[in-house]
Amino acid sequence: MTMQPASTDIAARAATVVAERRNLEGPLLPILHELQAEFGHVPQEALPVIAEALNLSKAEVHGVVTFYHDFRREPAGRHVIKLCRAEACQSMGGDAVAARLQELLGIGFHETAKDGSVTLDPVYCLGLCACAPAALVDGEPVGRLDEEALQAIAAEVRA
Amino acid sequence: MGLIHEIDYGTPASKAEKQVTLTVDGFTVTVPEGTSIMRASMEAGIQIPKLCATDMVDAFGSCRLCLVEIEGRAGTPSSCTTPVAPGMVVKTQTNRLKDIRRGVMELYISDHPLDCLTCAANGDCELQDMAGAVGLRDVRYGYEGDNHVFAKDRADGAENFRWMAKDESNPYFTYDPSKCIVCSRCVRACEEVQGTFALTIEGRGFESRVSPGMHQLFLDSECVSCGACVQACPTATLTEKSVIEIGQPEHSVVTTCAYCGVGCSFKAEMRGDELVRMVPWKDGKANRGHSCVKGRFAYGYATHKERILNPMVREKITDPWREVTWDEAFAHVAKEFRRIQYQYGKGSIGGITSSRCTNEETYLVQKLIRQGFGNNNVDTCARVCHSPTGYGLGQTYGTSAGTQDFDSVEESDVIMVIGANPSAAHPVFASRMKKRIRQGAKLIVLDPRRTESVTSVHAKADYHLALKPGTNVAVVTALAHVIVTEGLFDEAFIRERCDWSEFEDWAAFVADPQHSPEAVEKISGVPAETIRGAARLYATGGNGAIYYGLGVTEHSQGSTTVMAIANLAMATGNIGRRGVGVNPLRGQNNVQGSCDMGSFPHELPGYRHISGDAVRDIYEALWGVKLDNEPGLRIPNMLDAAVEGTFKGIYIQGEDILQSDPDTHHVSAGLAAMECVVVHDLFLNETANYAHVFLPGSTFLEKDGTFTNAERRINRVRKVMAPKNGLADWEVTQKLAQAMGLSWNYTHPSQVMDEIAMTTPSFQKVSYDLLDEMGSVQWPCNEKAPEGTPIMHVGGFVRGKGKFIRTEYVATDEKTGPRFPLLLTTGRILSQYNVGAQTRRTDNVVWHAEDVLEIHPHDAEQRGVRDGDWVRLKSRAGETTLRAEITDRVSPGVVYTTFHHPDTQANVVTTDFSDWATNCPEYKVTAVQVSPSNGPSEWQEEYEELSKRSRRIEGHMEAAE
Repeated sequence: MTMQPASTDIAARAATVVAERRNLEGPLLPILHELQAEFGHVPQEALPVIAEALNLSKAEVHGVVTFYHDFRREPAGRHVIKLCRAEACQSMGGDAVAARLQELLGIGFHETAKDGSVTLDPVYCLGLCACAPAALVDGEPVGRLDEEALQAIAAEVRA
Repeated sequence: MGLIHEIDYGTPASKAEKQVTLTVDGFTVTVPEGTSIMRASMEAGIQIPKLCATDMVDAFGSCRLCLVEIEGRAGTPSSCTTPVAPGMVVKTQTNRLKDIRRGVMELYISDHPLDCLTCAANGDCELQDMAGAVGLRDVRYGYEGDNHVFAKDRADGAENFRWMAKDESNPYFTYDPSKCIVCSRCVRACEEVQGTFALTIEGRGFESRVSPGMHQLFLDSECVSCGACVQACPTATLTEKSVIEIGQPEHSVVTTCAYCGVGCSFKAEMRGDELVRMVPWKDGKANRGHSCVKGRFAYGYATHKERILNPMVREKITDPWREVTWDEAFAHVAKEFRRIQYQYGKGSIGGITSSRCTNEETYLVQKLIRQGFGNNNVDTCARVCHSPTGYGLGQTYGTSAGTQDFDSVEESDVIMVIGANPSAAHPVFASRMKKRIRQGAKLIVLDPRRTESVTSVHAKADYHLALKPGTNVAVVTALAHVIVTEGLFDEAFIRERCDWSEFEDWAAFVADPQHSPEAVEKISGVPAETIRGAARLYATGGNGAIYYGLGVTEHSQGSTTVMAIANLAMATGNIGRRGVGVNPLRGQNNVQGSCDMGSFPHELPGYRHISGDAVRDIYEALWGVKLDNEPGLRIPNMLDAAVEGTFKGIYIQGEDILQSDPDTHHVSAGLAAMECVVVHDLFLNETANYAHVFLPGSTFLEKDGTFTNAERRINRVRKVMAPKNGLADWEVTQKLAQAMGLSWNYTHPSQVMDEIAMTTPSFQKVSYDLLDEMGSVQWPCNEKAPEGTPIMHVGGFVRGKGKFIRTEYVATDEKTGPRFPLLLTTGRILSQYNVGAQTRRTDNVVWHAEDVLEIHPHDAEQRGVRDGDWVRLKSRAGETTLRAEITDRVSPGVVYTTFHHPDTQANVVTTDFSDWATNCPEYKVTAVQVSPSNGPSEWQEEYEELSKRSRRIEGHMEAAE
């Protein structure tokens, strides 16, 4: 093995996470969730460890990880904003909200601010259509987004 | 001739017995229940447009092109995923369907390059075909906006982040993502057909792409280059590099692969006399349309620059070679052989038949020796691989061959693999076996190493008995102990098919506590509970099938282990029907055939002993000579006799005994002591370093004949190009026979087969006409079984009653001690074949450029050996050097290497211990010591020097290789 020390730590930790969950029915997703919770993303070094332990190919694990946008390939910012871009929100001025939020944060979708403060992701329907346009800020739903609300969000994540 | 196009039914055949009748476009069609509408329609001759469906893999329903309308059902279901129902009325072509299909095709083409004229798949592209089939005339969406087609935006030249460059890392095929329609046929072929799961679809939606491994290059991924994905790809996304270079083939010929004993059928696809590609033939009964990297791609050796095309002669082996005419060469050999016989006696010459050559060629070589040399000094390379199989199965069951066909594995419930690594050595069988395991069959592996066959993705072994090399008999007997003492044997079967008193004797023997798993654990290192678990599973898990390889036979007790295996199958009633049996995985393409053809010194064709007067009468009458009724010399005996000075001349067809036979020093001493060594081969192989005459050989592409695979299947080999050396191997042997005064006059190999059929009961009905008609046939093929015998011993054993034989474990004399504390065992890897004469001369070397020594971290640590270090590997017989690979695939105390490369010469180290019954060498156990080293050993350097000197050819600038 020619891995760097940090990678070895990740691999070792991944092995523990896998060992604790491998007997679950359908263990792959719970394992990926746990790794993401621990590292803030699913580290690439963990994939071969998972594959070997679950008797899957590396390709299969890669396929699953890349299928779900919520599994991150690198750590997100300290705050995560998920702005709804689905039909109901679009019909309530979502395009303008999206443009304004990107402007306020200085980043585009799927991007993280250079200072690591915030990550902006588009999502497709939060089920908050009655309060459109809507977003999730660090997991908390926020509805009826307007200029004031956007300013408040931007100020909060920049704080 | 033309190209052979197999019909693609779109989805696999259903095996249901119940029939269902439906109507497709007004035509009535009856198919087995569970058949898809797509397949039923194709059976009726109506091809429904499709892209993601192909009959090698299960239906997927993603391309939305194969939609149909069904009376009384809403919508337009996909015909590939909808099974037929009685009385169903299907319409495959309506205005609504036409509109939908055209719309779908428009979307596909809107993200696909329009470079058909310069595309490698032009003429062989299903996307092109479907565009034609649906009447696509216009693509309204244009190419602006998001696409995977162009590297740069066509308007502003900006990088297109969706575009991916072509992956040309695999030596044999390319992956061009810009042409991919994401039908996932490649992914499913890799999973369902090959069983490697090296491919996936990464991302989702428009971002979906085919990804080898974790977004890696094909070469860096888990891909084993079997070619199943390339075959499945409907576009130019995955394309053979040879097709890119040459263009599409224009005719094809069905023939048989010349690598391992699986005997896959291939279509050799040709343009003129140039081979464009080898594509597995779906009607091939051994491979069912699948292939491995060797048969599919590694044929480049046939045109390699080192191939020798002219006969050559020299006085002494230190002289350079002199090219001569064929006639001069034949006259020289005939004169020398006659001189030697006059001077040293009739028995002073002999020959070795080749397991790489056809049945017909092998038959002729043994005929030349028996009829022309007037002795029985004929042997074959099976001596060093499966001779114990012949002996062991002959003694217990009455035939020297496997009991099943490969299809049988589809009905096995428990598969026991002993001393074999099918994933590397018999890859196409491994794929079929793994498919069955993924369906729920259990797997037991007995192997000192944790091989790929133990750890396959989705097909992991349930039990791995990692025994110490050399303890096979003890462990297999311990399995029997459990079966007998726990009452798991099949008494009804034994009473009916075997001799009950022999069983009782054997049962008493194996029941002895010294054969218990607990006692054997101490010898073998396998935990007793693992042995018990495996035995219970095999005896009670349903249809139990045993497949074994050279890890069983190449031991001092090889024959004993074969008999122990035969006992296990008899005791549990696992013989004589589909899904069960005892099956040797034969190493070479025609090793079964070469044994069948009378290549052994004691046997005439069909395994009939030379001492039998009736058998000799047949050949004496036909050949017009008196045959010696005493067995001749085996290979090791020939070499011994040569060293003693009584054996002076040998004709070796297609075998490299110097590299493949054990104890290289002894082999070289024997060869060096001879006066006329004739090597008949494609290349100046290692044995040719000691040869006086070199007769250039022909490849399997250049001749007609038959190969017999591990399931006794006689497959046709068909000539697709003229021999580059001028003569097919059978013609060379014939001309040599004529030069020695024999009046042979065959004009085609079919006449040789007719002679074999006429004289050999088990081949009685075999003829080229029958083979052309049936595709292939499994011997025995005679009055009783005119269409051959897929399963042997149905209803009773060939020898009458099955014979139980006691199998006493006797430890090999090759023991570890303070000087040689480790046990070396040898094996193979996927990309190389045997001594590597062919595969080393192909691009397969990208996967395995040299032999390495696998050593456990604990043993490496003790010796200060690091990964990649040069190490010296030393045994009582000799020493060599190679690089170490540190891995826990091997247990502590065990080291492992392959023997594919002549500069390693693993057999310098192996000893001359051999099987007690058949002299099969004990390759699998050698006591060794491993120590750090600076580089090649003295022997390796001397040998390299000898090789260079010995390969000089007069008038050529430099020696080959």
